[in-house]
Amino acid sequence: MSSTLAGWLQALALVGALALCYRPLGDYIAHLLTSAKHLRAERGLYKLVGVDGDADQRWPVYLRSVLAFSALSILFLYGLIRLQTHLLLSLGVPEMEAHQAWNTAVSFTTNTNWQSYSGESAMGHLVQMAGLAVQNFVSAAVGIAVVAALIRGFTRHRTDRVGNFWVDLTRICLRLLLPLSILFALVLVANGVVQNFHGFHDLATLGGDTQSIPGGPVASQEVIKELGTNGGGFFNANSAHPFENPNGFTNWLEVFLLLVISFSLPRTFGKMVGDHRQGYAIVAVMGLFWVASAALITFSEHQHAGTALQAAGGAMEGKEQRFGIAASSLFAASTTLTSTGAVDSFHDSYSAFGGGLTIFNMMLGEIAPGGTGSGLYGMLILAIVAVFVAGLMVGRTPEYLGKKLGGREMKFASLYILTTPALVLIGTGIAMALPGERAGMLNSGAHGFSEVLYAFTSASNNNGSAFAGITVNTPWYDTALGLCMAFGRFLPMVFVLALAGSLAQQQPVPASAGTLPTHKPLFVGLLSSVVLIVVGLTYFPALALGPIAEGLH
Amino acid sequence: MPTFLRTHLTALRMLLAMTVILGLAYPLLVTGISQVAFADKANGSIVKTDGKEIGSSLLGQNYNLPKKDPNNADEQAQPDPKFFQPRFSAGSYDPKASGASNLGPNDEKLTRTIQDRRAAIAAFDGVDPASVPVDAVTASGSGLDPHISVAYAKEQVSRVAKERGLSADTLNHLIDTYTEGRSLGFLGQDGVNVVLLNKAISEQK
Repeated sequence: MSSTLAGWLQALALVGALALCYRPLGDYIAHLLTSAKHLRAERGLYKLVGVDGDADQRWPVYLRSVLAFSALSILFLYGLIRLQTHLLLSLGVPEMEAHQAWNTAVSFTTNTNWQSYSGESAMGHLVQMAGLAVQNFVSAAVGIAVVAALIRGFTRHRTDRVGNFWVDLTRICLRLLLPLSILFALVLVANGVVQNFHGFHDLATLGGDTQSIPGGPVASQEVIKELGTNGGGFFNANSAHPFENPNGFTNWLEVFLLLVISFSLPRTFGKMVGDHRQGYAIVAVMGLFWVASAALITFSEHQHAGTALQAAGGAMEGKEQRFGIAASSLFAASTTLTSTGAVDSFHDSYSAFGGGLTIFNMMLGEIAPGGTGSGLYGMLILAIVAVFVAGLMVGRTPEYLGKKLGGREMKFASLYILTTPALVLIGTGIAMALPGERAGMLNSGAHGFSEVLYAFTSASNNNGSAFAGITVNTPWYDTALGLCMAFGRFLPMVFVLALAGSLAQQQPVPASAGTLPTHKPLFVGLLSSVVLIVVGLTYFPALALGPIAEGLH
Repeated sequence: MPTFLRTHLTALRMLLAMTVILGLAYPLLVTGISQVAFADKANGSIVKTDGKEIGSSLLGQNYNLPKKDPNNADEQAQPDPKFFQPRFSAGSYDPKASGASNLGPNDEKLTRTIQDRRAAIAAFDGVDPASVPVDAVTASGSGLDPHISVAYAKEQVSRVAKERGLSADTLNHLIDTYTEGRSLGFLGQDGVNVVLLNKAISEQK
């Protein structure tokens, strides 16, 4: 089989598998988020924790619960990392400095998984599984909980209640993420991903060297790293490491896992608002961007423009032989369009346009399909903007799913859209203005600028991947990127939950002849244009200085 | 108790409960099942020759000649002609330092390095520099890539055959044996597992 045909087939198989999961998984998540019944185990847990599982919260209470849970997660993880040298299974790793521990704690709590440390030399097994992997679960669940509250804002009328955060969190963790993780962790182990509690194991190679074989509970962490769109690798090489991703099948499976929940959530949305066509319109926009991005990155990598890539005769620098260009490009597109940030190949060595597209993907706000929950609420905010723009054109007060979009709603939507670009552009600007921080670049010229731009785009959008040549384990970068991750995660959540509260209070208005139908191809086109225009106008100057300058040079 | 404090206590209790379930019980369960059902793979797919562990079939290795002066840190390691050579590794195949070069597509140093590698490999294998395949002159993403392309393996046959006194047919046959095709026929890319191939040729009498 030719590699081109194989490349097409793996993408088609992915589309097919995702399409098959769309209905059952989306409906199942809708069931979890709407059912009044608790499992007995859950009731026990609520009693233990001190939660009334039947009491719905007002949006400020829901928000306070999200923030309290996340703040304690950061503190707990920070403490665990700082104390790890005194704990079990620490493997003799050195103590991590305060700025790096802060960065790591914020990173995993915000679903970013930016790593300024190297997994195999900085983390013991206990912190990996009881600290980092736990946040992989719960941070993914927090995202889904927040979008659940937003959807309830559309479906509920004249109420100030948007759901119970503790119930949403528990159900998503225990009834969605946990069973899928157990199943697919075992599939990964069966293919060669390691799962043990060993430390490094030295042996003598045929070449006369000593090689240290690493161990660890890798499969159990690998699976939730993808499924929860987290992306923090057990090892420094992330999903390029053969112990995380041993063959072509596991690579495909990991791409599937990091997409499946976010691509199924529009179904959950359609189901909950009582009109599946609304879900289809949203998933169509997500799918359009994903297909276009995957195709363009694959094309750029096959072209392998660039002096080094031309000298090599192909874009294989930083890529694994067992994946090749097509599978690596598919992974790169998917990981940057979601908030995952896991990598099976190193984006810093991608062609200028291929690497530039991975930055562009994150700049879209990670909405196609985006992180678990965060992708859908990001897209719904843009849908609100699209409806508003259409309303301006015809001079009517716009409405979406029966809810009027007035000044209050549009203020929250606008604040949401302004947050991330402000963090990215101001952060990059400050870093470029400081000589000490500029020195962190590995590459020079336009490509070096792209490394800094990538870092702030990745942190502020909670992606976590990197143009990894840049040296970011410095007090300045650890602190600044930590702040970007925290603000980039929690400020948008504040606006989303405030919007949810505002929508839930409204009495729905009946659809009229002047209502813009939000399930037709016209709306799909309108929403896609809004996404492109908002991002294009915001980031074009920055992109022009980095990847575009390098690519046209 | 003020609401503020109560919310945080609830959050703390919830976090601890989740840590016990997802951070301890879950990995222990998966480890338990894996160690029973897939012990070999769960422990790193270790390969042995004559009962002695020599590596993992998933992690690539160096096959270099011993240094002339073991104390000279600047001495460049020279490839051992008796072995099939793997791809270049940014971390010298040390699993404690996995990762890539991260050099950009237009980086001058990378461009020069690739040109130098192409010339050195062509001389080492006695072939035309233009025919050296792309995987041979580039560093992998993990720095631990156990595979090379079939083309790069075939290129090395005559050198290894001469050094070991084995026939080219034997080596070509072994290359076929250790070529791992695409998963399910269409996922990923095919490659020759260098660890298993070198183990097999070292076991040839």
